[in-house]
Amino acid sequence: MNKVLAWVDQRLPIIKPLEEHLTKYYAPKNFNFWYYFGSLAMLVLVIQIVSGIFLTMHYKPDAATAFASVEYIMREVPGGWFIRYMHSTGASAFFIVIYLHMFRGLIYGSYKTPRELIWIFGMFIYLALMAEAFMGYLLPWGQMSYWGAQVIVNLFGAIPGIGPDLAVWVRGDFVVSDATLNRFFALHVIAVPLALIGLILLHIMALHQVGSNNPDGVEIKKLKDENGNPVDGIPFHPYYTVKDVMGVAVFLIFFFAILFFAPEGGGYFIEHANFVPANPLQTPEHIAPVWYFTPFYTVLRAVPDPFLGVLAMGAAVVILFFLPWIDRNPIKSWRYRSKLHTFSILYFVAAFIWLGYLGIEPVTEFNSEMGLRLTEVYFAFFVVMWFSSKKRSAATSLIVFAVVMGLIVAWDLMRVGSLNPSMVWPALAVPGVYLVVTLLFPIFTNWDAEKEVPQRVTG
Amino acid sequence: MKKLITLGLILLAAPVSLFASGAGLHLDKADIDLSNTASLQRGFKYFTNYCYGCHSIGLTRYSRIGEDLGIPKEVLKSEVVFARDEKGEPVKVGSYMKTAMSKSYGDEAFGKAPPDLSVTARARGADWIYTYLRSFYLDPSRPLGVNNTAFDNVGMPHVLWELQGWQILKKGDEHGEAHGGADELVLVSPGTVPPVQYDQIVRDITNFLTYLAEPVREKRLQTGVFVMLFLFIFFVAAYFLKKEYWKDVH
Repeated sequence: MNKVLAWVDQRLPIIKPLEEHLTKYYAPKNFNFWYYFGSLAMLVLVIQIVSGIFLTMHYKPDAATAFASVEYIMREVPGGWFIRYMHSTGASAFFIVIYLHMFRGLIYGSYKTPRELIWIFGMFIYLALMAEAFMGYLLPWGQMSYWGAQVIVNLFGAIPGIGPDLAVWVRGDFVVSDATLNRFFALHVIAVPLALIGLILLHIMALHQVGSNNPDGVEIKKLKDENGNPVDGIPFHPYYTVKDVMGVAVFLIFFFAILFFAPEGGGYFIEHANFVPANPLQTPEHIAPVWYFTPFYTVLRAVPDPFLGVLAMGAAVVILFFLPWIDRNPIKSWRYRSKLHTFSILYFVAAFIWLGYLGIEPVTEFNSEMGLRLTEVYFAFFVVMWFSSKKRSAATSLIVFAVVMGLIVAWDLMRVGSLNPSMVWPALAVPGVYLVVTLLFPIFTNWDAEKEVPQRVTG
Repeated sequence: MKKLITLGLILLAAPVSLFASGAGLHLDKADIDLSNTASLQRGFKYFTNYCYGCHSIGLTRYSRIGEDLGIPKEVLKSEVVFARDEKGEPVKVGSYMKTAMSKSYGDEAFGKAPPDLSVTARARGADWIYTYLRSFYLDPSRPLGVNNTAFDNVGMPHVLWELQGWQILKKGDEHGEAHGGADELVLVSPGTVPPVQYDQIVRDITNFLTYLAEPVREKRLQTGVFVMLFLFIFFVAAYFLKKEYWKDVH
């Protein structure tokens, strides 16, 4: 066996890469709960690829037969229901895992120098994943597949000048049709997965170049033992491989509990309306995108002008790319940053979740008011993040507060005429509380005080 | 602590959205039991007698339903498999359950051909089907003389009228405040079975259609229990393996 390995290793790099990325890749020893989601994302990717391969063996990308072929998989292909539910549950699981993975990066400052490229590749992965999920959702050819795609592709049409032509070019037709289904199938099973795998490779190569961050935000490579290994590091294999196996067990318990006992995920993982075959002549009463797109969908709906709405939605995603340069505070982990920083992140997360909830709900006066208010919080978060990266004087804090609040109130004064003032003004508290606490509290309290970052990792 | 608060926030957000959905029409509880094979068999019988003349359940074969519901092939052949295909040849027990009514005839007769009901229970829910089949009422303004409180201006006739009899819709405002102002369906001409029995017939049909929307459901739930058991054991093993490896990390 060793001889065979030696023979191959002389001709193909095997042992060195394995050592570099596993047995001699030193990871901080203090990884916590939030550090499972990277390896879990890889697991879900494998689930999606393997189940996807088997689905393509039976699925028919044809408007006339697609819907029935999915039910054929559910009813007649041996184990087909299991493969299909793996894939549909996996799609939602992918986003749950990725959102938690991104949240980890946010709270421990994992996007900061020297890890900017890891974050940027990660954001590209997130974008590719959204494209992958969007195109995959058309394939069952149910009513929600069809009308969801119709709504999203029409967004391209809102771009001035080239918009309508661009939308036709994307669809390959004047409405979502057989041509659209065929090309989305091609992109979903070949183009985007290839891009995804390439981006994931880059993400991991960049990670292993600089080494992992950790909950303390301490650079473990600064302190090495006599062998040149980080004092606070342990080899990824076997330590984190066995730990991740445990994480996989817990994840699979949740994953299979949904798959076997509630595969529709309460109508959020597989929407009820998607059990009605696509009908281009009948618009459903209520079109909601799948849950993982809904925060951005609410941002889109919060802006009355269609083109500006598309821009706002795009900006909500694009701004995340710039996080490493928006947050210039050298302290990485929220453990050692101020109370106000923690407050800011939690407020942002709550706003993001609520935005997502509003994207599922039908539009009411109250919902669209909240959608706008939470969108204001969403973008204010990045302004506050940038501004609070440094210690600021009371005067500049007041000025920035006045400017941001002034912009919000000015917009309110412009739009309040056609709305119910007793709803608009109380709702101002949603961004108001956030801005008062994050921008004005540093003047009166010491909640902006930061703690000293230790030399070595804790715990 | 922070970790717990964050996790709490995330978990709290999930159920909020679950309670928020569903409004408008009041649905009666179907109270079906998918493990009740007798009910499923009766539902299949009513379906083939009353619904199958117009509605396909074309994603499923006769034989599959026979296997799942414990109906022998001979019984299927003598009692159910009567349809003919486009060429006029009699269909086989392994054929898909397509209705004998053509789409063009359906379009002409009802304005829109009756839909395939294979997955309707997953689109509408069992409670909706149960409510719908009990909510037909006389309405002379409609072409077929009936309307439905669960499906306004429905194009389907009241196929089960012989069993249920005829209902009329009493508008809530005729009763005033005492009745809460809600509309009420009143049976004006009884059918061949009393209302309690009619409800059971509708429940059987609903049960059958719910089974049909996901025939693999019972198997899925059973498999799930074993998978859960395995995963719990796997987790315990993984936990102690991790503990063993990590005991020298300080």
